Amino acid sequence: MVTLGHYLIVSGILFVIGFAGVMLRRNLIIIFMSLELMLNAANLSLVAFSRFHLQSGGVPDYNAQVFVFFIITVAAAEVAVGLAIIVALFRARQTTHVEDINTLKF
Amino acid sequence: MSPFLFWFFALLMLVFGVAVVVNRNPIASALNLVVSFLGLAALFISLDAFFIGIIQVLVYAGAVMVLFLFIIMLLDLRAERLRKINWVASAGGVAVALALLVQIFYVIGHLTFSKQTFPPLAGSTIDDVHNIGLLLFGNYNLPFQIIGVLVLVATIGAVLLSKREPR
Repeated sequence: MVTLGHYLIVSGILFVIGFAGVMLRRNLIIIFMSLELMLNAANLSLVAFSRFHLQSGGVPDYNAQVFVFFIITVAAAEVAVGLAIIVALFRARQTTHVEDINTLKF
Repeated sequence: MSPFLFWFFALLMLVFGVAVVVNRNPIASALNLVVSFLGLAALFISLDAFFIGIIQVLVYAGAVMVLFLFIIMLLDLRAERLRKINWVASAGGVAVALALLVQIFYVIGHLTFSKQTFPPLAGSTIDDVHNIGLLLFGNYNLPFQIIGVLVLVATIGAVLLSKREPR
């Protein structure tokens, strides 16, 4: 049978994949996609807990699903602003590579 | 949900998630991300969260990915040419990620309730859209309106940022 632990482990592995993407890749757009993977890993564990912790009427705990709804909305807004910043940066520097953007580097 | 379907969609999501990170071509990464999100939506539906599964497909696999592909097209990004890889930094990144993975496995292994299966629902059908809507417009009305303002600010910000400077 599939237990809560299985969903949590899958969610943890997805988070680590996103984290490794942020740490290893140097392309801003790929880093952004990895951030989305991490947000979605958090969503998966929230929904698993919502299904696991039944409310009194025998229905899932919908507070967690409302939280997931908010996370998805904020992530969509974040992607819109972040990609606009990347476009502005590309116009100024003609690059999306983080190692080429080192003016503020000490 | 049968264990076979769970493992199928979980593996689909994880394999294509790895493909997002290792691909050199940004367009291939974005398309892999779509498949990964579809697997995740299937997992949401397996947890009886139909509304979340559907907005996952609509918002992520639809709107966000179109935005990503549109920006990649606009910037005309090619597959990255090979740069000299900083092996020390890469090894450090992999080590930190593996340490995080070990910690996550350790914590989940020590949760007492992580071995329990999911309790059965009371009815065979659930109206989750109805319940989420009641919560969203009742208990969470103020956060909901704040989110609305946030989306408006994000829209205006994106328009302002992508406007060309007058010369």
